[in-house]
Amino acid sequence: MSGPNESSARAAATEPQDDLIIEAGRSSLHYWRDLWRYRDLFGFLTMRDVKVRYKQTVLGVTWALIQPIVTTIIFTFVFGKLAAMSSGGVPYPLLVLAGLLPWQLFSAALSGSSASLISNANLISKVFFPRLIIPLSSLGVALIDFLVVLALYLGASIWFGRIPSWHWALLPLFISAALLLAFGAGLWFTALTVKYRDFRYIVPFVLQVGVFVSPIGFSATVVPSWRSLLDLNPMTGVIDAFRWCLLSDGQPFDARGISCSIAISAILTLSGMWYFRKMEKTFADVI
Amino acid sequence: MQGDAIISVSGISKRYQLGHQALNDTLRDRLTRGFRAAAAKLRPGSAQQSATSEPFWALRDVSFEVQRGQVMGIVGRNGAGKSTLLKILSRITEPTSGRVRMRGRVASLLEVGTGFHPELTGRENVFLNGAILGMSRAEIVRKFDEIVAFSEVERFLDTAVKHYSSGMYVRLAFAIAAHLEPEILIVDEVLAVGDAQFQKKCLNKVSEVTRNDGRTVLFVSHNGAALQSICTSGIWLNQGRLAGQGSINECLAMYLHTANRHAEFTTPIPDKPHITSVKVEAKGSIRVEVGFKSPFPLSPPVVGITISSKFGQPLSGSNGRMAGDAWRPPPVREGVVVAEIKDVPLHSDTYRLSVYLGDAGMDYDQKLDVVEFDYVSPRFHPQMPPLQVIGNGDFGWRWSMGSD
Repeated sequence: MSGPNESSARAAATEPQDDLIIEAGRSSLHYWRDLWRYRDLFGFLTMRDVKVRYKQTVLGVTWALIQPIVTTIIFTFVFGKLAAMSSGGVPYPLLVLAGLLPWQLFSAALSGSSASLISNANLISKVFFPRLIIPLSSLGVALIDFLVVLALYLGASIWFGRIPSWHWALLPLFISAALLLAFGAGLWFTALTVKYRDFRYIVPFVLQVGVFVSPIGFSATVVPSWRSLLDLNPMTGVIDAFRWCLLSDGQPFDARGISCSIAISAILTLSGMWYFRKMEKTFADVI
Repeated sequence: MQGDAIISVSGISKRYQLGHQALNDTLRDRLTRGFRAAAAKLRPGSAQQSATSEPFWALRDVSFEVQRGQVMGIVGRNGAGKSTLLKILSRITEPTSGRVRMRGRVASLLEVGTGFHPELTGRENVFLNGAILGMSRAEIVRKFDEIVAFSEVERFLDTAVKHYSSGMYVRLAFAIAAHLEPEILIVDEVLAVGDAQFQKKCLNKVSEVTRNDGRTVLFVSHNGAALQSICTSGIWLNQGRLAGQGSINECLAMYLHTANRHAEFTTPIPDKPHITSVKVEAKGSIRVEVGFKSPFPLSPPVVGITISSKFGQPLSGSNGRMAGDAWRPPPVREGVVVAEIKDVPLHSDTYRLSVYLGDAGMDYDQKLDVVEFDYVSPRFHPQMPPLQVIGNGDFGWRWSMGSD
């Protein structure tokens, strides 16, 4: 009997007046507070996507490893053996894997967040909650897959006799940079996809092109003449920073590159947030 | 009064765009529309693209107030704007104009089991669905045992819900929703699912919650008995407008009084006998008028009708051929056939009508489930169990004590 009374008393104490006004074009006064109140939903949506992903698969989470392993082998063969590009003294597979890690994080986060609203259309048309949680929780899924592959990298690094240095301490910063970039672009794409399904085809295309214009299979230092062109791609700075972190010695730290990436990400995220919030009230009508 | 209302809705309207734009607004459409508009400017004679999207007002200038602790039913036929209203109040969609003020934490239940994932277990879905409905993790943990007990699916808690029967699924989903503790609860037609006994349990839970905790509830249902048993007041929506308000009984009466429907057809194939109009009047008796047209005389014109429950189960049908010698009208090319039944052995409910057209030996046209109408029985049974239990037939049973 104490249950309902206790909780309503609690609700009354923590939220003295829940005054809600709904009007055309009016954005909620409590947007950020609402987002905070639904924070547990963020965790549950992430958990749902992670659990569902590998249900009824025989190999389970191993699938998260197969793709980077195969790609690393192919890139090592193509760039390291056939094209004989220089790795600056680093075992070529490690060089590739260190570049692949941020790329896959970005790629999974971007495709996940871009598709997120459409794949949760049933929720959007039936329940209210801050819509921002949907693309945010898809970042969580990408991050968890990333951590699995990071563990693989750690193993490979030690196997090649390279012990992680203090550079690793900055890794969370660069992980955030990759996620922020994906989130900013993802906000735009997912809000646009609600109305224009064309963007469902654009995102995979962008990612496919991205593999070729990012220094994943080779080090950006081996193509100095193309450097300025590569820098137009905000992932270049992130990938370089990851290599500096993970490979440690012998890698240049390109502060300009990573700051450019972060600046572009910030612009994308702020503008994406603006567009998302502008459109989110019509999502249920259009989706 | 103004100050006491927990919900005050003033002048709410909602417009949807119908036509191409709403259905399929791809970038290409955008671009081609741009080009077409430009071309139309060059050739003023060909401007006609404005007809591709027409506004549709799902709600028009609706205002009402709900007092704290009131349980209000919303009645109206399909497409009257009930769901749109609930979506606006639940903040799923935004009104085109107007203003709503709500003083209290709102939870809405427009569907049972929103966000349930078939691959996840019952336990996982309780947490997921609870969070979707706005509960915190701590709140769900605290109520978890209660939810599970209410749902009666303890044994299957760690089974993926895709293996659940539909009854178990609905029970679990409703159990979660029933344990929400908002000050304002918005419920749409969710009781239309599930078995009758569980429905009753849910209804009891809802009325218990409102009585004990003084919660405010907005409730949409097609089940008149359910509305009467839990609601105190009501509003009636008709074609997007507020057509009446008052006690729930008054609203139901007003709503059911308009229970006439008709449909007209223009057939693109005029070389075949076809149905041109269907009209139903259902007040005490049921009268069906079916208009037809034919390129040749129908000898005799034969009309068939079938009345089905709102779930599509046929209940009763007849046609002119079955009437035998009682149906011998002269051959005609067009006209209206009337079918009537005086003492209708049906309970009050929503019914569907299908219509067929033929002659002595051939069927030419059919319109399936062409109108939906509400039949109002003159016999009111206050103690009537749900129709899922007793069926739609009202056969006029007589009761007496048997001699022992």
